[in-house]
Amino acid sequence: MKPGQQRLPHTQVDTRERLAFQFDGKTCHGYHGDTLASALLANGVTIIGRSFKLHRPRGVFAAGKEETGALVQLEEGAFTEPNVRATLVPLYQGLNARGQNAWPSVRFDIYAVLGLFKKVLPASFYYKTFMWPNWQMWEPLVRRVAGLGSAPSAPDPDTYLQQTVHAEVVVVGGGRSGLQAALAAAADPDCRVLLLDEQEVPGGALLASPEPAERTWLTRTLAQIARYPNITLMPRTTANGYHDHNMLTALQRVTSHLGPQAGSSQPREVFWRIVAGRVVLATGALERPLVFPHNDRPGIMLAGAVREYTHRYGLVLGERMVFFTNNDSAWHGALEMAACGVPVAAVVDIRREVAPALLQRAAEAGIRCLAGYTVVHTRGRRGMRQVLVQQLSADGNDVQGPRETLACDLLAMSGGWTPTVHLFSQSGGKLDWRESDSCFVPGDPAQAVTVVGRANGDFSQPLNTRAQWLTPGLSPEYQWVDFQYDVTASDIQLAARENYVSVEHVKRYTTNGMSIDQGKTSNVNGLGILAQATQRSIPEVGTTRFRPPYHPTTLGAYAGVELGALYKPFQQLPAHACHVALGAHLADMGGWQRPEYYPRAAECEADTIAREVRGVREAVGLLDYSPLGKLEVRGPDAREFLNRLYINNIITLRVGAARYGLMLNEKGIVVDDGVVVCLAEDHFLLHTTSGGASVVHATLEEWLQCEWMALRVLVTNVTTQWATLMLSGPHARAVLGQLPGDIDLSREAFAHMQFRAGTLCGVPARILRASFTGELSFELSVPAGYGRSLWEALMTAGASFGITPFGIESLMVLRTEKGYLHVGSDTDGNTMPQDLGWAGAMAKKTGDFIGRRSLALDVGLDPDRLQFTGIELLDTTLDTTLDTTLDTTATIVNGAHVLAEDGRGSAGYVTSACFSPTLGRTVALGIVAAAQRRQGETVAVYYEGKAQPARLVAPCSYDPGGERLQLAPEVSGLAPVALPPGNLAAQLPMATIPGVDKVGFRLSEYTECDLIRLQVFHRDPEQVPALVAALGMELPGPGEVHWRGDQRWLWSAPGEWMLTVPTGLGKSMLYALREATAELCTVATLITDGRVILALEGARVRDILARGTTVDLHPQQFCPGSCTVTRFAGIPVMLFKPTEADDFLLFACRSLAIYLGEWFQAASRDC
Amino acid sequence: MMRIECPWCGSRTEDEFTCGGQSHIARPDPARASDGEWAAYLYQRDNPKGLHYERWHHGFGCGQWFNVARHTVSHAILAVYTMSEPKPELPDVPGDKA
Repeated sequence: MKPGQQRLPHTQVDTRERLAFQFDGKTCHGYHGDTLASALLANGVTIIGRSFKLHRPRGVFAAGKEETGALVQLEEGAFTEPNVRATLVPLYQGLNARGQNAWPSVRFDIYAVLGLFKKVLPASFYYKTFMWPNWQMWEPLVRRVAGLGSAPSAPDPDTYLQQTVHAEVVVVGGGRSGLQAALAAAADPDCRVLLLDEQEVPGGALLASPEPAERTWLTRTLAQIARYPNITLMPRTTANGYHDHNMLTALQRVTSHLGPQAGSSQPREVFWRIVAGRVVLATGALERPLVFPHNDRPGIMLAGAVREYTHRYGLVLGERMVFFTNNDSAWHGALEMAACGVPVAAVVDIRREVAPALLQRAAEAGIRCLAGYTVVHTRGRRGMRQVLVQQLSADGNDVQGPRETLACDLLAMSGGWTPTVHLFSQSGGKLDWRESDSCFVPGDPAQAVTVVGRANGDFSQPLNTRAQWLTPGLSPEYQWVDFQYDVTASDIQLAARENYVSVEHVKRYTTNGMSIDQGKTSNVNGLGILAQATQRSIPEVGTTRFRPPYHPTTLGAYAGVELGALYKPFQQLPAHACHVALGAHLADMGGWQRPEYYPRAAECEADTIAREVRGVREAVGLLDYSPLGKLEVRGPDAREFLNRLYINNIITLRVGAARYGLMLNEKGIVVDDGVVVCLAEDHFLLHTTSGGASVVHATLEEWLQCEWMALRVLVTNVTTQWATLMLSGPHARAVLGQLPGDIDLSREAFAHMQFRAGTLCGVPARILRASFTGELSFELSVPAGYGRSLWEALMTAGASFGITPFGIESLMVLRTEKGYLHVGSDTDGNTMPQDLGWAGAMAKKTGDFIGRRSLALDVGLDPDRLQFTGIELLDTTLDTTLDTTLDTTATIVNGAHVLAEDGRGSAGYVTSACFSPTLGRTVALGIVAAAQRRQGETVAVYYEGKAQPARLVAPCSYDPGGERLQLAPEVSGLAPVALPPGNLAAQLPMATIPGVDKVGFRLSEYTECDLIRLQVFHRDPEQVPALVAALGMELPGPGEVHWRGDQRWLWSAPGEWMLTVPTGLGKSMLYALREATAELCTVATLITDGRVILALEGARVRDILARGTTVDLHPQQFCPGSCTVTRFAGIPVMLFKPTEADDFLLFACRSLAIYLGEWFQAASRDC
Repeated sequence: MMRIECPWCGSRTEDEFTCGGQSHIARPDPARASDGEWAAYLYQRDNPKGLHYERWHHGFGCGQWFNVARHTVSHAILAVYTMSEPKPELPDVPGDKA
């Protein structure tokens, strides 16, 4: 159209509000209500981009999401978005867009020369051409020439959110059918109806209707919908995935339609997870193009789009139009155009028989009717100039007669309509081919879904479509099917000739339908051409599978708030602040932020570790060991259970004693190790690998719940309830002795592998004498709230002994020197206990344990299994044939292979290697074939292209006799340091969560209660009633909360409750409970220290919570006085709704408190 | 994402659960089982296109294991029952998703 032309009246465009925008550096103007595409058309911009492969000029082709031509690079810098369909961008003041895939500009694109070589660049030419020397050499060139927009190179400055919403009925599509469906469903006031519409305003095809009555209906209906409190209308929201069990995903554009909004508190987009009862799909239908020679010229558009630009945006796109169709719908379009005063030169229809009424009306409007004709060519350099038509033969398989030239500046085409069945197909529903409309329509559904309106093939007026998949009798070479990727009918025929049969293969070989529009316009035409080329029917060919996303989705929206520090949940140690203050180098280990080492100023990693190791060996060191897994196993059958769990004998373990244990899976593979402590005859404490507590806990529960259901055993994970510090080194006893306590630490009273419980500085303490460093060690546990205080107290007490805080890296060096096994480092997915030297000990144990039978399978008896061993590096500078000199300078890395005897294959590998500051050389552990038999042999370790001679030796390189564990208390001659008076009760606070106080959302830490977990062996049907009798109260069932005085009893699992009592009363309540239930198989545990409670309130609290959990929080579903255990922001939590107000209490592991605080900050950004 | 009806907590989304594989596999007596029987217990599993009895763990909820009868093609869940309940006999409906 001519720039500056007046808009037609009565459209959706508000001509009072003029907006300026930039396209390719040129200032243009449009109006409020325009899309970028309609504004570009109004400014006479005919070429907007270039096609992917051949750089053919592309202009506006459609009016909606099926657009394949008008793709732009929207905005610049970090906000920029490539391949944006101009038809979907509402115009805003200052918009800045650029054409894509062209140089220097879309109008004069130098790469357009490629079009001359079209014949030698068919589908698959990449695969056939760029074979030599390899694709990698050609790739940069191809990437530069072929492609579309460019991805932003700067980090995304915008924020995104994800949220779950529940609805009984979800309606997708706000056109006539969708609006009617929403109103019908909303008649039930208890039915929550969610209406999703992807446009700025709902209405769908009604927005482009020329009928005043239809516009009135729309206005009235929208007003009616606004009055229903149970209908939620979400505009600018595209449902892009239909998943299992009626779960939908949708993308809502919150601020992206406004342009760059950097610094805005509102997210750019929200990614919705929708949990639907029933789904109504009212997604409409898409018009198909016709396939004919040179059908890809700017100025050739879909007929429905031409109508829409006229009626909705008031644009008259041509001064002389020709319509080309195979169905009735374009005739109505042509008549409407003529009624608007647009000269329509002709309607070309491939059908010989057209309804007489249409012919007559067209004749009356002065439109020439060419029934039985087809377009055979188009002309025009940067737009349309001429259309050449020719008559079709009687059988429709050829063209005949003279060609006639029609002058026009716009060709409007309609190849029939395709119901938008993407979501229905994603839901698992079958598609049926409907011959009369030449389209797939929804068939049998697989989920609770109804398809209505045009999406269901219910067209208001009959279409009488007659398919013509490509123009017969003419070369298929320039008949475009996929306009964006330059796939023509000849490409699909080529694929068929090359024996591609499956439609999925043809799609990928030709790239048909793989473009931005994902086959919305090209899919059915491509199928038709393939069916013809392979002499099959379309149902026989079938259709490619529809997969989410229906519409491209921003990566930021998939990520939501899970970025940067919140990428995954992190746990902090109780004494985290102390480590930070000491300058610890923190690392993520099993989800915990743990100190690796504590560098002093300008100290490198190796020097730091060496200093820390020497500090422990020569004086004393302190390690935060809190992630050490701590599981309490209790019950009459606890001992029997553990005996089945460990390869070691637990039957003989005495009260107060500890024993190292190895745990296998049923396949006989070592999965965990740790120290088991017998606290009482029926009460054990299991230490698991750090960070492995929840996995081991789950394994224990699986055996108890699924296999040994009669064993009366209760398991409690107390890992975060206790802070654990490891005090290790020759002065450990002297340092610990300075802290007042009631536990006798003397060598005689407290031997190695013994456990004592008592008090330390006035607080409950558990002390284990075990050692992972080889030095005298005490593993001290106090309630987590005292962790920081204990750290400070020990640092103070150890100051005069030169106490060294040390990290995990140093611990690993210490244990490697000692040859102590680290499961997961020194074992792999094949390691069995006999490989670790446990065959003899196992032989002495009678009875079964998990995995024992598997050890006797052939694989376990193989004499050449990889076995755990020490590896010493030998000196290469000397004659190495039989030399035994240790090399003190050689180094080796984990993963270096030990060569097989033939020098070619691998006979195992190094699992732990490090420089030992104690021994002044590298120490290494590994798993090597038949290492136990080959002790003392020389082997070659392959590393950095060299074979380093080495010797297989015992794993322990330092203090093999273990004498350091028995060191007599040293008289240091140092006077004890005066500690702060009294005890640890003058507690240093644990890290608290910074509160959140925003409009509609407040968060604060709730500290007004102590927490007790009460468990009963519920698999015995008599235990729960007996517990009810003993307590004299009914216990809450699933999701229930009972009040008793100032106590609240919350159900947390079958046979498990969480009990809140006022702060300070926890201990007395615990003893009362234990006394009341002494005869029962119950366990009561104080867990106050291991938990954090967040009080959340405000009008938006449910919104914020719905960003972390998929549980339905609607007051009717989650009523006041109920609780639920769920997944929240990736972690397990309990949610409790105490009152009818907008408030919740959230219970989670204390170690996750800071993570949760930061998560809530991020998720409430828009408040 | 599937929705699974936990026998205690009610309908929850799949991300709260982990699947523990085929259910109703009896652990043979280790003292009597032949190598073949033991290996079958460890490794041999059904892989049906259709009804599958499997056990799931509500790890982000009540921590309980329970059984699910699920259609492996349509993901339709035809029964949910606790570990102590017997395996229900269900007709094996053909999958409706190709």
